[in-house]
Order: sequence, then C-alpha cells, then structure tokens
Amino acid sequence: MAAITTHHLVKEYPGGVRAVDGLDLTIDDGEFFALLGPSGCGKTTLLRTIAGLESATDGRLHIGDRDVTDLQPGQRQVAMVFQDYALFPHMSVADNIAYPLKIQKVDKGERLAKAEDVGAGLSLDGLMARRPGQLSGGQQQRVALARAVASNPQVFLFDEPLSNLDARLRLEARTFLKRLQRDLGVTTVFVTHDQAEALALADRMAIMRDGRIQQVGSPREVFARPANTFVAGFVGSTPMNLHPAVVEGGRVSLAGTSLSLPPDTAGAVTDGQKVIWGARPEYLSWSPSTPAPDDDAVEGEVTVAENLGASVLVTVNAQDTLIQVVVDEENEPDIGARGWVRARPGRTLLFDAESEELLGASPGVPTVSAGTAGESA
Amino acid sequence: MTVRQSLGFIGRYLFIAFVLAFFALPLLWLASAPFDRAPSLAVSWPEFTLANFRTLVDNPYALESLWNSVLLAAGTTAIVLVLAALASYALSRVRIPGRDALLYTLLLLSSVVTGTAAMVPTFLLISELGLIDRQLGVILVLAGGLLPTAIFILKDFMDSTPRSYEESARVYGASSLQILRHVVVPIARPGLATISVWAVVQVWGNFLVPFILLRSADKRPAAVTMFTFYTEGGQPDLALISTFSLLFSIPVVAMYLFVNRRYGFRFHGGIKR
Amino acid sequence: MTAPLQQTDAAPAGQPEQPRRRTAVDDGDAAGLGRGRAAAFVAPAMLLIAVFLIFPAIWTLYLGLTNWRLTGLAAAEPEFVGADNYLDALNDPAFRTSLMLTLAFVFFSAVVGQSILGFSLAWAFRRLRQGIRTVVETVVLMAWIIPASVIAFLWIALLARRDGTLNALLGTEGTAWLLEYPMQSIIIFNIWNGTAFSMLLFSSALAAVPPSQFETAKMSGAGTLATLRDVVFPNIRGHVLTNTLLITLWTFNVFAPYLITAGGPEGRTEILGIYIYRVALKEGALGEGAALSLIMILINLVVASVYLRLLRERKT
Repeated sequence: MAAITTHHLVKEYPGGVRAVDGLDLTIDDGEFFALLGPSGCGKTTLLRTIAGLESATDGRLHIGDRDVTDLQPGQRQVAMVFQDYALFPHMSVADNIAYPLKIQKVDKGERLAKAEDVGAGLSLDGLMARRPGQLSGGQQQRVALARAVASNPQVFLFDEPLSNLDARLRLEARTFLKRLQRDLGVTTVFVTHDQAEALALADRMAIMRDGRIQQVGSPREVFARPANTFVAGFVGSTPMNLHPAVVEGGRVSLAGTSLSLPPDTAGAVTDGQKVIWGARPEYLSWSPSTPAPDDDAVEGEVTVAENLGASVLVTVNAQDTLIQVVVDEENEPDIGARGWVRARPGRTLLFDAESEELLGASPGVPTVSAGTAGESA
Repeated sequence: MTVRQSLGFIGRYLFIAFVLAFFALPLLWLASAPFDRAPSLAVSWPEFTLANFRTLVDNPYALESLWNSVLLAAGTTAIVLVLAALASYALSRVRIPGRDALLYTLLLLSSVVTGTAAMVPTFLLISELGLIDRQLGVILVLAGGLLPTAIFILKDFMDSTPRSYEESARVYGASSLQILRHVVVPIARPGLATISVWAVVQVWGNFLVPFILLRSADKRPAAVTMFTFYTEGGQPDLALISTFSLLFSIPVVAMYLFVNRRYGFRFHGGIKR
Repeated sequence: MTAPLQQTDAAPAGQPEQPRRRTAVDDGDAAGLGRGRAAAFVAPAMLLIAVFLIFPAIWTLYLGLTNWRLTGLAAAEPEFVGADNYLDALNDPAFRTSLMLTLAFVFFSAVVGQSILGFSLAWAFRRLRQGIRTVVETVVLMAWIIPASVIAFLWIALLARRDGTLNALLGTEGTAWLLEYPMQSIIIFNIWNGTAFSMLLFSSALAAVPPSQFETAKMSGAGTLATLRDVVFPNIRGHVLTNTLLITLWTFNVFAPYLITAGGPEGRTEILGIYIYRVALKEGALGEGAALSLIMILINLVVASVYLRLLRERKT
C-alpha cells in the first residue's frame, strides 16, 4: 500500500507537445482516484507515466517513499488493467492470471494455486482452462483484474476499465469494481472520459485539460462547486447553465432580472464586473406561481421538454436566455406555459467572465497545491 | 431460365472446362508417369507399378539433391525468419527516423535487383568471398533477397498486434527477451508461419542462384539436378525424371495445402515472390 | 526531435540531488526496447541486405565500366573502359533483338494473357459452385507453386515432337512445337505458369465490390459488358494497375523459359535474362554482362517506382 506523489511532473513529446504539464498531485494511500477529462487531455499519459510505460521528461514521481521516476515499469510494483484488457490470447485464463508470478519466478504449482485462488475470488472458477477468446467481455475484464490482483501490487492502474463493456454490463461491473477496491484497499488510479463513471467510483478525482489539472476534489465538491466553467461544463449528466451576467448594486443582473449574489461571493465581486452565472439544472426549480418580491426568480416561457425518465429537462426561454431546469415528472409543464425559474439557495455560482474561474470561497487554483484542495473522503 | 441465361450458363461452363483442361493437361503427366510400368512422354493411363521409385533410389544424385534442397531451404528460412522477426519487431515498436522511407527503398531494391538482373555482380561477389560452389553462398544470397519483403510483411503484421500485450507484460516485470519469448513470438505465430512457408517455397523452386553459384554435382539442389536429368546426356530416363519430379513437387504443394487449412491463408501474392 | 533532448539535458540543474539517468526508454516504445537494442535487432538483417542486395546493385554500375572477363588476361587485371560496354550493348543488334523479344514476351504473356485469363477466371468463379471453384483454383495454383524445373519438363513432355501429349491429342504427330513456334510456346507456357496471381488478386478485388452496386446494375437492366464497365472496373482500377505492374516486373525477370528452350532455336527465345546469362557467364564477358544487368535493373526501377508510388498513394 502506498500513496502516489508527483512533483512538477512533465511529459513532453517530440515536437514540444506537453501531454502532462508540470503536475503536482498527491493520491492518498488506499484511495480510489479518478483522472477525468476529454480525450487528449493527458490523463492516459499521466497514468502511463505512473506505470513507467512513458518516461517523465522532468519532475519526480514517488510511490510510497520510493522515488520510482527512473525505474522500469516492472520494478515499480504497480499493476495495470488496459482498456482492451491485454489478455494474452495464446494462454489459458489460469496462465494469464499467473503470468506476473511466472515473471517473479514463483514455481508452477504455487502460482497456479494462487491463480485459482484469486480467480475464485472474482467468480472465475470453472473458466480457468479457457482461452480469453472464449470469454465474454465481462469475464475478460475480471481476468484482467485477477491478473492485476495476483501480482500483489502497491498500486492499481486502470485505463478506461469499463469502456469496452456494453451499457448494462457496465453498471454491474462498476459496482463490482468499487466493492473490489474497497475490499482490497489498494491505492487505485483510473482514467475515464465518462464523468458519471468518475463520480460513481472515485473517492477523489482530478479533472484534466491540456496536461494541467483543473480541479481536484471529492465527486460531491466537483459536482457542486466546479473550479471553473470547463469543469462545470464537463461534469454532470446535464450541462450546467452558464450565462453571461453583470454585477449591479450588489446583485446579479441576468436576463432582465436582478438576482441576489451567491452568499460567498459578496466580497469577491465589484460593481459592474462581468461574470458568468452558473446553476445546475438539478438545482433549479420551475413554478407557474408568481414569486414573492424577495424571491430570486427568472420569468420565462417553456420551449422544449425532454423526458429523462423520472424527470423532465425543461428549457425555458427568459428574454432569449435559455435556461434548463430538471423538473419532476409530476410537474411537467406544457410547451408555451409561462412561469418562474428559482434556484435552490446557495446553489448558484459566479465565474469570472475573463478567467472563467469560480468566484468567492472556492477550491481556488487547484494546480498550485492539489493536496490541500480537497480532503480525503 | 431465358435463352440468354442458358447461353451464359453453357458459356461459363465451357470456359471453365477449357481452362481446367489447359491447366490440368501438363500436370497429368506428373500424376501418371511415375506409376507407369513403361513411362512415355505422353499422358496415358498407367499400368500401375512402384518400380520407378527404385531408379530414384539408385541414382547417386537424386536423393542427395533433395537433401541439398532441404538444407538450402532450411538454412535460408532460418536466417530470414530470425533476422526478419527481430528487425520487423524493432522497426514496428521503436520510432527510428526515416523508417518508412528505408523500408520502401529496401522493398523497391529487392524487387528491382532480382536474381536475373543481378546475376553478374552476385556471381563475382560470391567468387571474391570464396563462397563459390558452397551452399552457404547460395543461402546468403537468397536470404539477402528475401529479407526486405519478409521484414515488410512481418512489420505490417506486428503493427496490427496491440501494444498493450507487451506493455502489460512489462508492467509485470518481464524483460525484453521475456516479452519476445512469452508474448510477441506466440502472438505473431501466424505471421511467422506465413513467412516460413513463403521463404521455403521461394528457395525450394529457385533455379538460377544455385545454378550459377554451385559447380559440384553433389552440392546441387533438386531444382538444378532435375534440369541436368533432362539436358545432360542422351535419352532422358523418364522413370527417374517422373518420380523425381513428383517427390520434388510434393513438399511445396503439401505446405500450401497445410497453411491454407491451418490459417485460412490465401496468398494474394504473398507466398510466391 | 531536439526539444526533448534539450529538456533532458537541462534537467540535472534543477535536480542536483539526484543525477538524472534517463533510461533508454523511447517514445512509442511499447516493449521498452530502447534505441540501442532496437538497432541491434535491426542490424543483422540490414547487414545481409547491404552485402548481398545493395552492394551487388551498386557494383554493377562499376563493373559495367570495365572489360572484366571470366577468364584470361582481363580476368586478372580488368581495365577501365568507360561507357564502351553500354554503347556496345545498345548498338548490338543481338541486344536489341533480345529486348524486343522480351517486350513481346512480357506484353503477350503477362499484360494480355495472365491478366485477361486471371480476371475471366475470377469473374466466372462468382457464379460457380464452390466445389468446382476449389478444383479449378487448386489446379491453377499448382501450375504456380510447383518448382520451375519440374514444370519446364512437363511442358517439354507436353510439346514433344515424338510422343508428346499435345500432338497425340491434336493428331499433329511430328510437329516440333518448340522449334517451329518457340516464342508462342514460351508465351503460352508463361500464361499457364503465372495466371494464378492475377486470379487470386482479381478474386479478392471482386469480392470487395459492394454487392449493392451489382444489384443496382441488375435492376437497371445492365448487361454483362455494361456491368463490367460501370460497376466492376471503376471499383477495381487500383487492382488492375497493381496486377499489371507486378506481373510486368516479374515476367521481365523470368528465367524459366531457359529450362525449356535454353534461348533457342537460334536465339529466338533469348529474352533478356537468358541473353545476359549467355554473354556474361557462358561467354565470360563479365563487364558487358554487368552493363546489360544495369540496363535491366534500370528498366525494373522504372516499373517498380511507378508501382510503389501508386501503392503509397493508396495507403495514405
């Protein structure tokens, strides 16, 4: 078991592209940590650099108290599960699981017994003699996990572990993965481009863009208080409402309506400042009734309603500003109905219009010191 | 069926029958003469006998030359296989500047500098190296000519196998040679088999290179010895020629059938040339 | 490529406490080979290719400028004769005859014969029962893979004046095909020998034509010729080029007819490869042979570079 620490880690490719750009990050011992971001953001490169499959251009990397920056992958005591699982097609399931032990020169009987043991723990008993090609996607994934477990590593690295499974199986595997990690308690880093997966699995997560970390925090923090508009837009199954607004007289002016400032931004903005007003559709509500004078409500007309199952995503046109609201299925409004959008108290955010950073008491600039950004869950 | 369709049908089968006759006619001799009590040049229904194989065994050069062919094929194939596997693997996995240009140039050269066009300098080079009339010379010349294509085909093959296999083995601590042994070679086996068969077929039938580089009758491979059987000295011994031809042809035909079944491999220009 | 190197060089200054030993791990190097080991893996193959393929080709250029002979005075101390060999060759009627014979041989046996027969077979296969198709394919392939010295004798037997199968079949007892029609004979022989490649190539090409296009042609009432012109040919144009160039190159360098006619009678089948063999190795004029070789290599080079250019264009 070990924590992972990077100090100003840089990975630069020939041609000067920095896939990882001066990263400082601490992943705590036993933590389930997600690296989330769009493709090309450097998350996979970071994972591969931790594995040793890419060599760092600059900076240091520690696993536990060992400096592993210059070590070969095999000496780092890490195990990796690849996106395509990388199960050797010419070996049986048992031989695949036992492969790390074969390299460690454990004798045949012992390593097959261990493989049997680990395999049973991942409900692979009865499949040990098969070839990977004869297994379903879910079974292949469990074999890859078993191989990782069998190598008895200090760190697990998962590269998009669920992306090769079909949608239904993915949810099942997600629950399975979370339980496995909890049971083993091994520090685990996984890469995903699926924000829902990151929110569901991770104890903490880092959102990356262009080789830099945008925010580190627990899923709850990242969801509720994104550090900037990029994170706000990337995390969440329905995109956050982000609209230009102006601070006027200690209030925010949006779509012809004056709204009170979010509580923690009072000292952080000045009159006339251009800002971006942000609110998650889940944190907004819709009502046809006239608001009380001190209510923060924006008036508008329902233009589109999209069914989400138990709820409806309603798009409201408020003076040409389109605000999306998640409404309970019982309260679905008619198209063309007029009414008011209200925000749950304390759930609206303001971002600086220039820097697009969150204003007010916030996680701040997370790349400076990621370790302090969020407490371990 | 309309008249036009029937005509098309009949035309198609007439054409196929004609083509089949055209291709099978010369080959029939190979099937009939070896087993004929009195083999003649013409194809005829044999009076069955295995006695002709007796002449084969009695001929001092026949079996020896087949053995020489085996030596040449085995030697060349071993060199081509090992060197091409190593080179194509490294070229596939490590970025070397100008790699693709290099490969294309080599491929171009190997198709341009053929045995026929390069026989003069090849002959002189082998003479200068003192390898004339030695099988090693033939093996090296053939291997040099086959390598570029072998590397090219194998590299294509290696490129198409995912790197995550090797990366996975690396993460678990396998060394480069262990990776090669445990992962790359087993996974590349169909490609290696293809290359082996291709190389054996190339060498087995090659006439020109051993013809110009070997002098002694006891070193010649079957391709050259076969030629001497019907060009040197008087009346050709048809019993010997027919049985020898059959024995000489069977390995390549069998190999084709085997690879075809095992790997479902249609050569598409791969196996020969 | 320079940027990361500078980066690495600059790194120790920032981290004085630990000398940075950058392992040889390279970018995109999945197996962790490193440049050194990669070079070691590639080197033996390259050495063999350099010595036995590239060097002879370059040497040809020099040899062609000397009067080197297999035996005699000029064998020990060849003299530099400049472009004489090349001029002699180009002015030699024997060379020109040989070149013309080669062109005719390539044109009729490969470009016309193998291409058309190969395509017709592939086309006919589409509507043939699988069993018959397999039989025909196997027989055509046998003609391709059986060693040349065996098939040469099979043809000698087929065309023999006395007792030959062909004469027996046609009732033309006593016709010496190889003496009376030598060029025609080796052309037919080469078609027989090499059609398999075109057949295989065109079979896979036809299999790749989308069936919906055939069906569209059928529904608009197109006949066979219209289908070939409007559906098939536009789809397989690349394959036609590939096929033509490759079989041209191979047929140009063929030596197998030597096994049947040895260039005769009276040089009437002395295609270029056989001509070079006679001049250089039988008559011993190595310098002149080298000059001829170079001319042959240059012709090959033109065909091959056209082919490779097309190949690369299709890949990108």
